[in-house]
Amino acid sequence: MLGRPVVDLIQYLGELAQLVVEVVRSICCYGVRWRLVVYQVVSIGFGSQIQVLVTGAFTGAVFAAQVYYKFNQLGFESVVGGIVALAMCRELGPVLTGLMLTSRVGAAMAAEIGTMKVTEQVDALRALGVHPVDYLVSPRMLAMLFSMPVLIAESILFGMWASKWIVVSLYGVPNAFYRDQLEKNTDLTDLCFGVSKGLVFGVLIVLISCHQGLKASRGAVGVGKGTTSAVVCASLGILVVNFFLTIALNFVWPVART
Amino acid sequence: MGAAAATRDPVFIRVRDLRKQIGEQRILRGVTMEIARGSGVAIIGGSGAGKSVFLKLVMGLIPATSGSIVVDGTEITGLSERQMGPHRRKMGLLFQDGALFDSLTVEENVGFPLVEAGWKDREKVRAKVDETLAAVELSGHKHKLPSDLSGGMRKRAALARAIITDPQGVLYDEPTSGLDPVVADSIYHLIRRTQRMRGITSVVVTHDMKSLPVVADQVVYMREGVVYFAGSPADLLASRDPVVRQFVEGRSGETS
Repeated sequence: MLGRPVVDLIQYLGELAQLVVEVVRSICCYGVRWRLVVYQVVSIGFGSQIQVLVTGAFTGAVFAAQVYYKFNQLGFESVVGGIVALAMCRELGPVLTGLMLTSRVGAAMAAEIGTMKVTEQVDALRALGVHPVDYLVSPRMLAMLFSMPVLIAESILFGMWASKWIVVSLYGVPNAFYRDQLEKNTDLTDLCFGVSKGLVFGVLIVLISCHQGLKASRGAVGVGKGTTSAVVCASLGILVVNFFLTIALNFVWPVART
Repeated sequence: MGAAAATRDPVFIRVRDLRKQIGEQRILRGVTMEIARGSGVAIIGGSGAGKSVFLKLVMGLIPATSGSIVVDGTEITGLSERQMGPHRRKMGLLFQDGALFDSLTVEENVGFPLVEAGWKDREKVRAKVDETLAAVELSGHKHKLPSDLSGGMRKRAALARAIITDPQGVLYDEPTSGLDPVVADSIYHLIRRTQRMRGITSVVVTHDMKSLPVVADQVVYMREGVVYFAGSPADLLASRDPVVRQFVEGRSGETS
């Protein structure tokens, strides 16, 4: 017999799948509230600039420094730029940006919608003949899909810029060597790899956060629990899904041969 | 049956053997009632009698366990969330705490149903909002956020939002809870005025016995999930039934 946690997990995944269907139906059949989409793009896209830039830049810088120390012992320090760029594009950029957005945007979505739920504002929407998914979820989903590629690309580019600054300006690796290895080891497909992952993570964040918000109950405690669950589930979801995406996307965009 | 036949029906809300169970708790145990078009009905009863649940069932916000709810000629039990939209737009619901959208101003809250109904002309929306805010005596506060309003003002704003589309019926869930007697009385008169001037069917859930003659043509007393008494406010006050008398007089039955 299946244990209770397995049944709960299947039920949870079923509810998420239902929400996906409802969001697709909402966007395709019931019109998009573009004013709300723009508002959410500003909130998600512009509002996350600092977090994304700091995350990207410092991840790139730290990773470059660590890799440099080891590769310097082996005499491969010129390869550092290519290694960092590859890691930023394919893993660090999308995953860390996804986790940052989970804590900033996902938590805000779960808390805002959860508060609306427990104060009957979601019921007020329904009473006015407005489907909550049309008004609360679909605009956030579209805004995330528009914002995520830009945010991921920014994170990757700032990571690469920071690694170059560390390796070339601080540790004195010649720029020509750095650039040569960068061009040999990375190309546009690596950026596509990262952006594709970011889009999937964005969908996960919105789905999980809005789902937690919409099923919030029992006042402030319920909203708090829902928000915590949203951040935990979305973070774990990103890490688990990232593994499968890495395997799958490597068939589509394999690592460039040097 | 066409729409014309539906509008000729003098009964706006017809409920038959309505039951609602949540978990082990049986909240409604077979409610049957008819509410005439354009009338004012008050639903009274103790806490937990199922009054608010009844309103949510009629609005289609929660599903019934069994029974029939016909609103304006349409059976609403069994409709999906999407199919429920047109039904809900025929009615307004005033929530106990107003349930105003706290990120929108009063003007945006009150104009929300019009914008959602497809009104594109901002000037027309603004004019209709001004007219409705004047009707609920809330002019001059339209740029405020709900958090900046007093309890009475929030109720008025919520009432304005509920009636701005000229619905056929408005359901009021304890519209004066938490308000002082003077403000409460003004809200009740506002509800009655709105009902008479616009021909709206009003269903008011209340605990306030003094409001009954003001707000209702008919009173329904619910007890333990069923309709215990139905009649005019005068009939209720003249009733000799000991259970009704105890509720009307507000006696707990305990002695100190």
